Amino acid sequence: MKKKVLEVKDLRINFKTYAGEVKAVRGVNFELYEGETLAIVGESGSGKSVTSNALMKLIPQPPGIYAGGEILFGGRDLVQLTEKEMMSVRGNDIAMIFQDPMTALNPTMRIGYQITEVLLKHKKTGSRSEAKERAIQLLDQVGIPFPEKRFRAYPHELSGGMRQRVVIAIALAANPKLLIADEPTTALDVTIQAQILELMKEIQKKSNTSIIFITHDLGVVANIADRVAVMYAGQIVEYGTVNDIFYNPKHPYTWGLLGSMPDLDNNSNELLRAIPGSPPNLIDPPIGDAFAPRNEYALAIDYEKEPPMFQVSDTHYAKTWLLHPDAPKIPLPEAVARRIEGYQQGGE
Amino acid sequence: MTVANKILEVKGLKQYFGTKKAPIKAIDGISFDVYEGETLGLVGESGCGKSTTGRSIIRLYDITEGQIFFNGKNITEYKSRKDLLQFNREMQMIFQDPYASLNPRMTAGEVIAEAFDIHGLYKNKKERQEKIGSLLESVGLNREHANRYAHEFSGGQRQRIGIARALSLDPSFIIADEPISALDVSIQAQVVNLLKELQKERGLTYLFIAHDLSMVKYISDRIAVMYRGKIVELGEADEIYNNPIHPYTKSLLSAVPQPNPAYERKRVRIPYKHEENKEDAKVIEAKPGHFVYGSDDQVKRWMSS
Repeated sequence: MKKKVLEVKDLRINFKTYAGEVKAVRGVNFELYEGETLAIVGESGSGKSVTSNALMKLIPQPPGIYAGGEILFGGRDLVQLTEKEMMSVRGNDIAMIFQDPMTALNPTMRIGYQITEVLLKHKKTGSRSEAKERAIQLLDQVGIPFPEKRFRAYPHELSGGMRQRVVIAIALAANPKLLIADEPTTALDVTIQAQILELMKEIQKKSNTSIIFITHDLGVVANIADRVAVMYAGQIVEYGTVNDIFYNPKHPYTWGLLGSMPDLDNNSNELLRAIPGSPPNLIDPPIGDAFAPRNEYALAIDYEKEPPMFQVSDTHYAKTWLLHPDAPKIPLPEAVARRIEGYQQGGE
Repeated sequence: MTVANKILEVKGLKQYFGTKKAPIKAIDGISFDVYEGETLGLVGESGCGKSTTGRSIIRLYDITEGQIFFNGKNITEYKSRKDLLQFNREMQMIFQDPYASLNPRMTAGEVIAEAFDIHGLYKNKKERQEKIGSLLESVGLNREHANRYAHEFSGGQRQRIGIARALSLDPSFIIADEPISALDVSIQAQVVNLLKELQKERGLTYLFIAHDLSMVKYISDRIAVMYRGKIVELGEADEIYNNPIHPYTKSLLSAVPQPNPAYERKRVRIPYKHEENKEDAKVIEAKPGHFVYGSDDQVKRWMSS
């Protein structure tokens, strides 16, 4: 059994607005083991970024409120820590990679300084010259050519892909146990994205870091994840290994996401299976299953009672009444079934 | 494929920015045709010149060199207001960012009707309301939405307004510049479906500019791959995907992640090493309808590897 690094229990985050209190995260549970990658997928507003920011206690309070739950990391509940105690966790035990490398870096400081700052702050190295040596090592490790020269460069002198490598180097500086990556490749071109994903996997192999990878791109999820959590309207609606989610999806929302993507191998002229409508307003979340109004397979109970997490297998869970023993058996939508069949034939 | 009319012919288009001494060659001599009723996908990475191409064609820029024929007429020579107005009625654009491309101080109805005023159409108030309403309905919105402001809509709805505006003058040709890149996956599918349906109903021709290769393949009949201001490969969508010739196209395709874990475990990215363009480089028809930019030797070498 692998070592558990992080356990999130019934996490709830609200935001106070003039229109009312937005329930952005509504009871999220998950675990993360040593050396694995958990991908959190969802659309904008599903609560995936709020969840990851909450782990680092980066939710501004006010307007944010930790309305309940626990974040168990290294034997402590992060929710209960003071801001001062959190300072020694951030960048040290838990590090974060953000979406836009230009805004994550300070444009007025040389990149070398921005890396050594982390090392000196968390007392990972003794002297400045030692820190510099380590920083150059890190730049080399993330694949930046001429690291000694680049040490003195400013962020604007680097390309987008190189900047994101610098952000990764900063995140890795203190050897964190947990790396949170919030859409780290979304702002990059596909060829650069592929390089960054390769880099992250390589680093993980070497240092056995656990990664939480936030993305909306299912292709990226298939590439990097060991396990996947699908979020909708502030909750995890399906949770399982990457194979569970892509080859045996159980939640109609997951079906919708898979069906919305065009299939590269299949050149059909039919329309995509778009999910109708748009996500609910979380100031006043719908009673019952939040996905019901957009779900063509919705049952009467979906409008009355929130479904529990049903267990599909040892690793696979889904939050839909369709898995109740008394529910009608709904076969996979044909387009999704055909695609999965195609994957399994061509993929193995 | 039946012989279709060439609705757009681009010949030797160049668009340079910056100074004469050190020009930035955003588009460095490209030629291609678009046939009536088809969708031509233009793909490439940021900075390759794909958006500049779209903007040059619709005359948002004055081009440096080359000719653009639309319905057989050279539009780069258009000078008079009358000619330009007529051209703008035929060709319209959908922009990437539905947040930036709608004036926040105008209602959806005003955004859509702005073109009517410029072109002196639908002066009768009732007729005008009717046209706005039918446009909103044709993009899947309600007539009541005409009185709302941009901030009252979601991203997908805003993009629908952007599409309704592009359709307001009944154009025959639409340039869609990354129309779905700013949208969520499930909403992307809605908008792509809408574009496909509108094309069928109205016989529209699209120049679809995007970096998302899987969506481009899905929506396009033919695809042009751009790299450093040049079109390096052009052909039928399936042909480009299944039998790419130019090493840049191969590299680009090998980098696209697929929603299939088993495939992803095996996928090997092909890195691209930039080859300087040879002096005798030209557009070569390697197979019928499949064009590659390179020298004879290069293309021979690429095809055998």
